[in-house]
Amino acid sequence: MYSRKSPLPYKMRDVVLPGDAACPGCPIPIAWKVLGAVFGEKMILVIPACCSSVVVGPYPYSSIKASVVHVAFASAAAVASGIAEALERRGITDVYVVAWAGDGGTADIGMASLSGAAERNHNIIYIMYDNEAYMNTGIQRSSATPYGAWTTTTPIIGKTEHKKDVAKIMIAHGIPYVATASIGYPHDLYAKLERAKSIHGFKFIHLHAPCPVGWRFDPRYTIKVAKLAVETGMWILYEYYDGKLRISGPSKPFIDSKRRKPIEEYLKLQGRFRKITPEKVEEIRKYVDENWRWVKLLS
Amino acid sequence: MSRMVVLTGNHAVAYAAKLARVDIVAAYPITPQTSIVEKIAELIESGDMDAVMINVESEHSALAVCYGSAIAGARVLTATSSHGLLYMHEWVHWAARARIPLVMAVTTRTIGTPWNIWPDHSDFMDQRDAGWIMGFAADNQEVLDMVIQGFKISEDPRVYLPVMIGLEGFILGHTATPVELPGQKIIDEWLGPRRQGFLVDGREPVAIGNLAWPEDTEEIFMDLQKSMREALTVIQEVDREYSKIVGREYGGSVQCIRCSDAKYLAVSMGAWSGDLIEAINNLREEGYPVGVLRIRFYRPFPHSEVWKYSRGVKGVIVFDRAISFGAWGQIYTDLVASMHIYTSKLPFITDVIAGIGGVNITYSDFYELVKNFIDRIERDEEPPRFTWYHKRR
Ligand SMILES: Cc1ncc(C[n+]2csc(CCOP(=O)(O)OP(=O)(O)O)c2C)c(N)n1
Ligand SMILES: [Mg+2]
Repeated sequence: MYSRKSPLPYKMRDVVLPGDAACPGCPIPIAWKVLGAVFGEKMILVIPACCSSVVVGPYPYSSIKASVVHVAFASAAAVASGIAEALERRGITDVYVVAWAGDGGTADIGMASLSGAAERNHNIIYIMYDNEAYMNTGIQRSSATPYGAWTTTTPIIGKTEHKKDVAKIMIAHGIPYVATASIGYPHDLYAKLERAKSIHGFKFIHLHAPCPVGWRFDPRYTIKVAKLAVETGMWILYEYYDGKLRISGPSKPFIDSKRRKPIEEYLKLQGRFRKITPEKVEEIRKYVDENWRWVKLLS
Repeated sequence: MSRMVVLTGNHAVAYAAKLARVDIVAAYPITPQTSIVEKIAELIESGDMDAVMINVESEHSALAVCYGSAIAGARVLTATSSHGLLYMHEWVHWAARARIPLVMAVTTRTIGTPWNIWPDHSDFMDQRDAGWIMGFAADNQEVLDMVIQGFKISEDPRVYLPVMIGLEGFILGHTATPVELPGQKIIDEWLGPRRQGFLVDGREPVAIGNLAWPEDTEEIFMDLQKSMREALTVIQEVDREYSKIVGREYGGSVQCIRCSDAKYLAVSMGAWSGDLIEAINNLREEGYPVGVLRIRFYRPFPHSEVWKYSRGVKGVIVFDRAISFGAWGQIYTDLVASMHIYTSKLPFITDVIAGIGGVNITYSDFYELVKNFIDRIERDEEPPRFTWYHKRR
């Protein structure tokens, strides 16, 4: 339904230059192009240790024509907060501070600094790009890895716990803006970044970002896998602000569970679920239903 | 206008931050640093100090927030102790290797376990290889002066490195003494506005910290080492300039007391130097030709100053309040290496480890240890190279 939409109102290559160090099919530059469209050069990206620290390319070059600050693994939210406070003090109001961290840098080692910065409500946009494992170090499990998935640290039986729901945790912080997004829906991401840009205080966006290398699928299917996550109801797009959850356009058709595609369609494209048993698929289905119940409750 | 006030060492840090017109303070409480944070919070909330206080959730974030603010153009300060300093250690390296000017006060406290809140130098010394300029004060006046000087040194283009100022917990941190506060105007004029090597404020695209190849990385650290050497000069200059405006000169990287005709040197760092100086004064009255060499700045290590004062002496007794387990005290190690740059014929040098875990070392301990050391050499006895001077409870 989104294929008929007009092209995004931006020049994709203004900020994200050709020649980055991403793997084929990597979702990271896809999202950065949307960020570039929203913020242009007036963006300071704060990136902790993760694939993105490599994707921008090695010194003395950078594939991003905006400011990039690389920081220690646990500290994206803290450094971004510090920058935002200094800009505020110096009266610079047209520059946006964007913390850009992986699921490991957010849901695991960075959780305390994220929670602290959110509670203090610094004026930053925090984006957790979620490729559902530690990809930079070679596909180890994170707390955001889904149930049943193979990783190099869940090598034989797969992960035995469900994914940590970080957006839910951030809603509980009472910050002004929380959203989920997907690299499969750039218009939706664009609109969410625009809204985040207009709000003062702490904004959190949980961005689903399928990784062909880590999830074991053909690099040409990055967008397809991202869309299937939404179409099967595995990933729900919404915004939460002013005390209310709003299910986003791409996810709306799937409020009705009957319209969702079978989750097997999503799983079977990915080698990481190759050995999953029917019982485990059933367990994932229950988890999906529970997520929808919760989302509907808040909307 | 300057004025006399009565301040603890920790409050002296807070007033120095105010005088330096610090923009942003991010810190996390820990005994015995806490009263620095509390005082700054009070100064800000009462409107006496125009700054932003960020009460972070950990020391790791304290320095990370400071780093962010500093690269974006703010003058920042943080403070911590012991376990807090260890917790932020990743960022201690990061800030220096990124060449970011900022100042951190370290109210020293023994590293646990066992839990112990008394001061030694173990936390401070643990940071010695991180690339910071490291000063250590001996009294509350010096705490105030050193923090202000710290900003000047840190923001000097020849240096552009973070500065750590040590002060012992409780001994200085919580003991109130008269301190002269310089007038705001003279400090403003002397310190000037914030200076830094590069600025990340979004007005122009800048990338900092990108992945770098080994050779490029090595060049960055070679430059850091070069700046450390330059810092030796800058520290002297800053101390001299500062003395012109406030009338107190400390001697730069080291302070030497009764050194000119000394045949023996006692080397120390920190507040216990006061007791040591008293002991030396008495020994002088008894005819012992001994002086005190006090290390004010431990990094960069003042090797030429050490040589200047130790050249030709018969014996050096070093007091270390920390130990590199399996080796020796850090000051001893650096002092021996420094002297060896200049001569292959070293005098008698002995290392005394003392005051570990906060054990109280008094004037009479110093008196006995130094006297004993000199007497043995004068009797042509070989003094021990290493002693762990322990006092039972
Ligand atoms: C303190 C610390 N611990 C561990 C590492 C090693 N490390 C670097 S990136 C990374 C995983 C990053 O995972 P994630 O945040 O999900 O980002 P991704 O690589 O998947 O994009 C790890 C474990 C580190 N750099 N610093
Ligand atoms: Mg990841």
